[in-house]
Amino acid sequence: MIEMQDIWKTYADGTTALQGVNVVIDRNEFVYIVGPSGAGKSTFMKLIYREEVPTKGQISVNGFNIGKLKHRKIPYVRRNIGVIFQDYKLLPKLSAFENVAFAMEVIETPRRLIRRRTMEVLELVGLKHKASSLPAQLSGGEQQRVAIARAIVNSPAVIVADEPTGNLDPETSWGIMNLLEEINFRGTTIVMATHNKEIVNTLRKRVIAIERGTIVRDQQRGDYGYEI
Amino acid sequence: MRFSTVLRHLREGFKNVSRNGWMTFASMSSIAVSLFILGVFMLLALNVSKLADQLDNQVQINVYLQVDVEQPKAEEIERTIKRIPEVKSVTFVPKAEGLKRFRESMGEEGKAALEGYENENNPLPDAFEVEAFNPQQISFIAKQIEAINLTDPAKSIAKVKYGKDTIEKLFSITNAVRNIGIFIVLGLAVMAMFLISTTIKMTIIARRREISIMKLVGAKNSFIRWPFFIEGAIIGFFGSLFSTLILLFGYSQLVKTTSATVGLYMIEFASIDEVRMLVGGTIIALGTLLGVWGSTISVRKYLKV
Repeated sequence: MIEMQDIWKTYADGTTALQGVNVVIDRNEFVYIVGPSGAGKSTFMKLIYREEVPTKGQISVNGFNIGKLKHRKIPYVRRNIGVIFQDYKLLPKLSAFENVAFAMEVIETPRRLIRRRTMEVLELVGLKHKASSLPAQLSGGEQQRVAIARAIVNSPAVIVADEPTGNLDPETSWGIMNLLEEINFRGTTIVMATHNKEIVNTLRKRVIAIERGTIVRDQQRGDYGYEI
Repeated sequence: MRFSTVLRHLREGFKNVSRNGWMTFASMSSIAVSLFILGVFMLLALNVSKLADQLDNQVQINVYLQVDVEQPKAEEIERTIKRIPEVKSVTFVPKAEGLKRFRESMGEEGKAALEGYENENNPLPDAFEVEAFNPQQISFIAKQIEAINLTDPAKSIAKVKYGKDTIEKLFSITNAVRNIGIFIVLGLAVMAMFLISTTIKMTIIARRREISIMKLVGAKNSFIRWPFFIEGAIIGFFGSLFSTLILLFGYSQLVKTTSATVGLYMIEFASIDEVRMLVGGTIIALGTLLGVWGSTISVRKYLKV
């Protein structure tokens, strides 16, 4: 599903974020990416949804060699990747329903399909009753649920979640984790960067630890491994 | 593209226009002003060239003989001119008639000044007025008439005159009008484009978040661009529509109030019907194009899609 071969990434300002990363993530895996701030986690994530391109090395996602992808083709790759952020990135003037439907609209889905599918995913994240609420009227956890609904509405093969519980209290975080596990259970690969020790140590999954731009540990059913 | 997508782009385009109220107004005004001036110059050029056409039709050749040419010689020349196939008619204007016309053209003052030049004292030569079947052959005929002198040792023809000077003067005016117009209009068009691209830039900045989310969920670049093109086209279209309306209204008023006076000189304005499609169509098409161009610049520069 995701394959990186000797990935290097140096930014224009000279900082090197990744140095020779090799990793294979299979279909339907659930992977935590852990490590100190500034270790290269975010760059790792951005490479997957092609926000950044590697300076050196090959990366393929879902069969696309995305380092060498033509600009024209990028949108089609992104349609197969759902992205979730710490700060939700919802459009403030649109309702929960509209925020989710937006993701279908921009890839030109027929209207009647949009309605049905949007209500379907809002029900899955447990927010059907708040479909017409604006983001400001929702709690942090609810906003993240809307963001997750938006990420999965086009049925992507991979979900990339960059600290999805970073702004949430523990109880709400567990709700989000249950939801992600449910989505993973339905067949979606999930790559999640996190600083949440409790979640990693409780909900045991594969753990990839990145430090100073390299993978220092890759462990099935691993633990968080850092003291905070 | 799906029909619902087209509708969406149109909706978004109009939404953007109303979102940046003042900037939209500024860009529309600058389009309107620059195209209004373009329109004025177009109308000027159109009417001057129409005028040139009309004068062209009234053009005749005046052939002046030497003062001392005798009657039989003059008749011989007249016959020679008549033999030129392109010539429609030749009218003999004896010197007495020439003096009479000259006096009339001078009015009251001339009467006194020209006193005592009658008969033997008449300084004017005999002349012919030559008309052509086709005004465009005028200069060709004139050359042939001049050529008569070549076989005439007395060189009886003093001068061959036709409306060449007038027509050339008119064309040089038309050209000047056109050149000055092009400069002013180019300058204004650049300004209009700059304003439009700034307006679009503001829309893009206001919608940065939305655009980044669109990109993340896999919107095609063309999908992201369309609303901005439509916004530019709307600004260009309405700006130029506004200037066209004012221009055509102003022109029709001008024609209405002055055509009676101008008609005395045997010339007429380009009719409003003629102008409506030509000037109006050009201006609106140009304005819309300018709008799209302005937004293209911004989209390319700031969207980086």
